Amino acid sequence: MNFLNQTAAILWKDILIEYRTKDALTSMLLFGLLVILMFHFAFEPDSLETEKYGPGLLWMTFVFAGILGMNRAFAGERENDSLQGLMLAPVDWGAIFLGKMLANFLFMLVVETIILLSFTLFFNFDLLHRLSWMVTITLLGTLGFASIGTILAAISMNTRMSDVMLPLLLLPVALPAVIGAVQATAAAFTDPPGEALTFWVKFLVVFNIIFVTLPLLLFEYVLEE
Amino acid sequence: MYTDSYTSALRIENVVKWFGQNSALEAVTIEVRRGDFMVLLGRNGAGKSTLLRVMARIVKPNHGQVEICGMDVRRNPEAARRRLGFVAHSSYLYRHLTARENLRFFTRLYGLEDQEQRVQAALKWVGLEASSDRPIVGFSRGMQQRLAIARATLHDPEILLLDEPFSGLDLEAAELLAAWMKRFAASGKTILMATHDLEHGLEGVNRWVFLDKGRIVEELTGAYTVVRDRYKQFLRERKGELS
Repeated sequence: MNFLNQTAAILWKDILIEYRTKDALTSMLLFGLLVILMFHFAFEPDSLETEKYGPGLLWMTFVFAGILGMNRAFAGERENDSLQGLMLAPVDWGAIFLGKMLANFLFMLVVETIILLSFTLFFNFDLLHRLSWMVTITLLGTLGFASIGTILAAISMNTRMSDVMLPLLLLPVALPAVIGAVQATAAAFTDPPGEALTFWVKFLVVFNIIFVTLPLLLFEYVLEE
Repeated sequence: MYTDSYTSALRIENVVKWFGQNSALEAVTIEVRRGDFMVLLGRNGAGKSTLLRVMARIVKPNHGQVEICGMDVRRNPEAARRRLGFVAHSSYLYRHLTARENLRFFTRLYGLEDQEQRVQAALKWVGLEASSDRPIVGFSRGMQQRLAIARATLHDPEILLLDEPFSGLDLEAAELLAAWMKRFAASGKTILMATHDLEHGLEGVNRWVFLDKGRIVEELTGAYTVVRDRYKQFLRERKGELS
């Protein structure tokens, strides 16, 4: 119970700071909307093109917007050495990871919802018809990505070029989750949904079990100097 | 195993810490008894801050053992940290939260009861009641440090670790901190302070440790005036070694 309270306190703190500064959300959202807008002009948004390129385009936008947010995840903890304040508290350091990961997950979901709605608008995409699958895939793909991103953001935080280091570390490790999410989305885009859909959703579930549990257990070693 | 019958508030044994190729602590062994007020003195880079950070387990030693109130910090990190209050040069506070929100956040992390009363009492004590609902980004260094003191003592710790606590403080904050340290020491609790400042907060100190190049080179007990002269001589000797 204490672990969950501490996780909730850290999550609430991050939400409150983001509400005040809007640092991560603004950059993520602007980037995402610009990409969707540019691709809207780049190719003809008919249903065939959308089916062909849409899944990759969507996840590319989610991933790079997510990286922008992840880069900010520990920036606030560096000011006044606040992370050390967290480490000094009688807190299971896994709760620090979980709180920050859930905050990243939440910020990504907010941005992804708006990106998905603008994608629907610009590419004449029938979202309502596939809503339940799209929600499932987005939740699963984002959870794994946010989990890996959070631990790698903590690792890259103290490197000299952390803004560059994070994508270099994150993209190879998160590649299976991104591939899974793109394939599942591609299957959901076809009408009726492709047979591969269930396989890729199960793949994402397994990936998430591994890549949420592992960082939770390993975060202690990341924080220790 | 937690026990209240411990006599050593802090005990570190044979602690070694390397940062890359650089040795920060070399086989340091030190015992701080309950009720001690110990001061660590030494030049920059002597290892004072690292020693405090190893004790608080923010930094993991390469070798050696750390015990807080009889508990091995590796085995009981959370219980051990609950006994500590840590005030450093950095405030460890969040700039975009208000003073009240910062303290409320830490009461939740520490799982304290009567959170609102504790926060209110702490704000009153450090004289920040009137500014309690302002984000601390607009606070002066002195105000931030006063809030940092409130943060470090919200949970009524048994041991206080202080790393250059007077650095950058305004007179009001320095007096508040010195008065509080005096009260804390008088109540039989333990203080370990690393400092350069031989002017503030030294009332009640009963043990002095000189550090150099990650090693304890001298340990003294006694009055501040005697120690001050010996410390000046110690610094001159080190300066002579360098030149």
